Amino acid sequence: MATTTMSMAKALNAGLRRAMEHDSKVVVMGEDVGRLGGVFRITDGLQKDFGEDRVMDTPLAESGIVGTAVGMAMRGYRPVVEIQFDGFVYPAYDQIVCQVAKFHSRSQGRVPMPMVIRIPFGGGIGAVEHHSESPEAQFAHTPGLKVVACSNPADAYWMLQQAIASDDPVIFLEPKRHYHSTRAEIDDAATPGSLWASRVVRSGEDATLIAYGPTVGTCVDAAAVAAEEGRSLEVIDLRTLSPLDMGPVEESVRRTGRAVVVHEAHVNLGLGAEVAARLTESCFYSLEAPVLRVGGWDTPYPPARVEEAYLPDLDRVLDAVDRSLAF
Amino acid sequence: MPDVNDPVFGPAPTAAGADDDLVQLLTPEGERVHHPEFDLDLTPEMLRTFYRDMFLVRRLDVEATALQRHGELGLWAQLLGQEAAQIGAGHALARQDFVFPTYREHGVAWVRGVDPVALLGLFRGVDNGGWDPHEHGFNLYTIVIGAQVLHAAGYAMALQRDGVVGTGDGERDAAVLAHFGDGASSQGDVSEAFIFAGWANAPVVFFCQNNQWAISEPIEKVSRIPLYQRANGFGFPGVRVDGNDVLATYAVTQAALKRAREGQGPMLIEAYTYRMGAHTTTDDPTRYRLMEDVEHWKLKDPLARVEVHLRRNGLVDDQFFTDLAAEADALGDRMRRECHQLPDPQPLDIFDRVYAEQTEELAAQQAEVATYLSSFADHAPAGAEGGAA
Ligand SMILES: Cc1ncc(C[n+]2csc(CCOP(=O)(O)OP(=O)(O)O)c2C)c(N)n1
Repeated sequence: MATTTMSMAKALNAGLRRAMEHDSKVVVMGEDVGRLGGVFRITDGLQKDFGEDRVMDTPLAESGIVGTAVGMAMRGYRPVVEIQFDGFVYPAYDQIVCQVAKFHSRSQGRVPMPMVIRIPFGGGIGAVEHHSESPEAQFAHTPGLKVVACSNPADAYWMLQQAIASDDPVIFLEPKRHYHSTRAEIDDAATPGSLWASRVVRSGEDATLIAYGPTVGTCVDAAAVAAEEGRSLEVIDLRTLSPLDMGPVEESVRRTGRAVVVHEAHVNLGLGAEVAARLTESCFYSLEAPVLRVGGWDTPYPPARVEEAYLPDLDRVLDAVDRSLAF
Repeated sequence: MPDVNDPVFGPAPTAAGADDDLVQLLTPEGERVHHPEFDLDLTPEMLRTFYRDMFLVRRLDVEATALQRHGELGLWAQLLGQEAAQIGAGHALARQDFVFPTYREHGVAWVRGVDPVALLGLFRGVDNGGWDPHEHGFNLYTIVIGAQVLHAAGYAMALQRDGVVGTGDGERDAAVLAHFGDGASSQGDVSEAFIFAGWANAPVVFFCQNNQWAISEPIEKVSRIPLYQRANGFGFPGVRVDGNDVLATYAVTQAALKRAREGQGPMLIEAYTYRMGAHTTTDDPTRYRLMEDVEHWKLKDPLARVEVHLRRNGLVDDQFFTDLAAEADALGDRMRRECHQLPDPQPLDIFDRVYAEQTEELAAQQAEVATYLSSFADHAPAGAEGGAA
């Protein structure tokens, strides 16, 4: 394969497929991932090609799915677990934070836990409750887990393969509202950068927008609008939430002096709080304004008809930029 | 496989999908049959009520599906084919009983007097549950699979503590009906609910609608025995009923609830049925389901058999059906009209009921949003209202 244009959904499918071809220990487990190809069709066709032993339609039991994946990982397999929607990861929460996250350290490095837990996350698709949540901070707060979020098809393709190849458990967040909304060229022969690195998506001088997953697109759009008004905004895609790669962020903020962190999750104790704290520690003398956060309010995710009031949109991002520049 | 008569291993497990041990009172051909344990006599009035409710609930379901197709609902969980399981179970409830539904119990909601339009709110995205659970003895829909089954066990434990179990006063004694699907039976929460109910001898009836599919996953892949047999392992009785036979679902649920109210503890009912519709309006069952199965189950339609029975025994006249069709049309009209009228929540509303006691932080966020929204008002055309920011 050379260069192909794909949606994020297709890129994830292709990435999974390549990982499975590359390593016969990679197995896919989850609800409806087999014959149906997953409710979002990310695993479409995999069971047909790799068989039921490698692509398992599991019982409807999240704790069971993750807990049995632990056992399989102990025996040298690399389970890629699909959680159907963000809000359904909680039945598996105990297994993830108490077991998956701690095996390596408890066993003094003797038992690695090479597992990927894929979670379609975030809102904006008009869904009913429990289908639009952003649980990343819960996992990023757990030592032993790595947490990443892709924001575009090329990253989706490479990051998923890298996460599968990693010997650490990775919570892999997929912005579901972008599964089909963007297409990009993917060069199969390319050499991807590190999975644990953030990336400057658009360069600018006046302020830095820091985002991940679904809000990267929002920030890129905001930067485009700001550019028409003569403002130059830099946009950084964090990509890796735990560990956080602050290098490019700090470099940028030292130049621009202003930072706005944008995510869909609740602002209170969210990733933005961590980024803001770290920037305060590392870039205090370069900051012209406090680091601002734009995110979901500290309410439950609201009914779909009012989700625009909850989700950070272009206007709220630009409003924060205005406030930052006004300091 | 162990031998059927193996002295150590006992009988071989029967397949999860076998349907030779069903309680049935009305055959698919409309013949009344009798059952040694769960038989009962029903007045013609009651039979007509069952039919009427199933007919109207089917219309409700068709109407909501159409509303989704027209973009008025984000999603709808269809009940087509499960009318008998729900209407029978719903009618077995006493006023003081309490129901813990999934997201699909539109028929039980109907019997409990929840306005069908209120059911649409969650699916339209204007609320996360638009009725008062206490007013109807019918909890809000639960989307996280299996969670409500534990709530049901706990509610039943509360009934025990309130002294409204086993007093012999039929007007007071209460029980709980807990709904879940065959897929849900895999969840730890459901097993834990069985454990708690067994431990407490709680007055809860576990009502599993085995429609044989959890989205794309067939029941035979996840259970090697019929689900009702699981009850044995938890120490209470289980029974499998023809879920397409409203007489049987009524009779069995009534017996189980009576037992529970009298203080004899939990029971598991497996209503064996089939999901005729898609899982929800976003599902595509042609990817995994066989058309032959659908055709086969059409012959077991829950409404058709009651209709045959009513007509054959002269319990209805043509006028009954004409009136019912008109009633269904009126229901459809009302749902279409009132669905549009369900008010959209306003941005500031989302801060209001997060806590019983509002926090200062949240009040501050609300004020911030109010200020932010009013910054647009200057530019808004006259008469425009705050909706989306
Ligand atoms: C904890 C959890 N995991 C996954 C889902 C997604 N999901 C919604 S319905 C469903 C299938 C449920 O099947 P079953 O319990 O048999 O009930 P049915 O819908 O067939 O009535 C799934 C997997 C969910 N809602 N909750």
